[in-house]
Amino acid sequence: MSHLPGRKQENHKISRELFVLTYGALVAQLCKDYEKDEDVNTCLDRMGYGIGVRLIDDFLARSAVKKCRSYSETADVIAQVAFKMYLGVTPSVSCSSAAGNEFSLILDKNPLVDFVEELPAERTSLCYCNLLCGVIRGALEMVHLAAEVTFLQDRLKGDAVTEIGITFLRKAEDRKHKR
Amino acid sequence: HRLSSNEKLMLASMFHSLFAIGSQLSPEVGSSGIEMLETDTFKLHCFQTLTGIKFMVLADPRQAGIDALLRKIYEIYSDFALKNPFYSLEMPIRCELFDQNLKQALEVAEKAGPFGPAS
Repeated sequence: MSHLPGRKQENHKISRELFVLTYGALVAQLCKDYEKDEDVNTCLDRMGYGIGVRLIDDFLARSAVKKCRSYSETADVIAQVAFKMYLGVTPSVSCSSAAGNEFSLILDKNPLVDFVEELPAERTSLCYCNLLCGVIRGALEMVHLAAEVTFLQDRLKGDAVTEIGITFLRKAEDRKHKR
Repeated sequence: HRLSSNEKLMLASMFHSLFAIGSQLSPEVGSSGIEMLETDTFKLHCFQTLTGIKFMVLADPRQAGIDALLRKIYEIYSDFALKNPFYSLEMPIRCELFDQNLKQALEVAEKAGPFGPAS
């Protein structure tokens, strides 16, 4: 990570617990605001999108990643570089369609749910970490890749693993000259 | 003579089109747009991010270290503009911290002169 001239060499780490608690507080508040799980999920996705469209430039500026030449390379970069950089975990990636545009990220560890074991009975359709889906979707959109990102499986819902599905939609034409 | 903000906006948007024309004219597939424009009195350096943002620096033709400066400006933008929730994307940047850090980065680059920054 490069340091800007003039930025004091302070310890930039903030507490992981604070981050997890903040995220939990966000979800808890949304649950108070919205009765339906789908509405909370939508809100989380939308917030995540707002983060993703800004986070992408931080990612590109700091990681010096080159332009990806395939969906597969893109999925690898998301899992191995981005997840590592921001959440300290590296999901495993696999391609789940012959067409080569659907990918699956399996999260072994997920810091957001370190302290959550399962969903309450009245919130069985809640996608607790849906913010992540929005972040990925927003970030990809800013590099001209339209994608659908959802949780295909969720340990919190009783599934065996937590799996994020990324489906790349029609490849946006190279619109580098348009912003 | 200094350009007004409006003049800058107009010229930048013209350059935006030239940048695109540059990549289309290229006989090579997948060419970038115009990265440098050289005249006898200055050089215009343009760095386009994968998100389509262009950073442009006008400098003395002998000034070195502009590539590094452009990348530093990208970091400054991603920190002090993008991480400011009150800054709306695509709007003019009126963030104090952005201006301060940008000024500092320019001073460092300028001091380095024709040989590039020392570090």
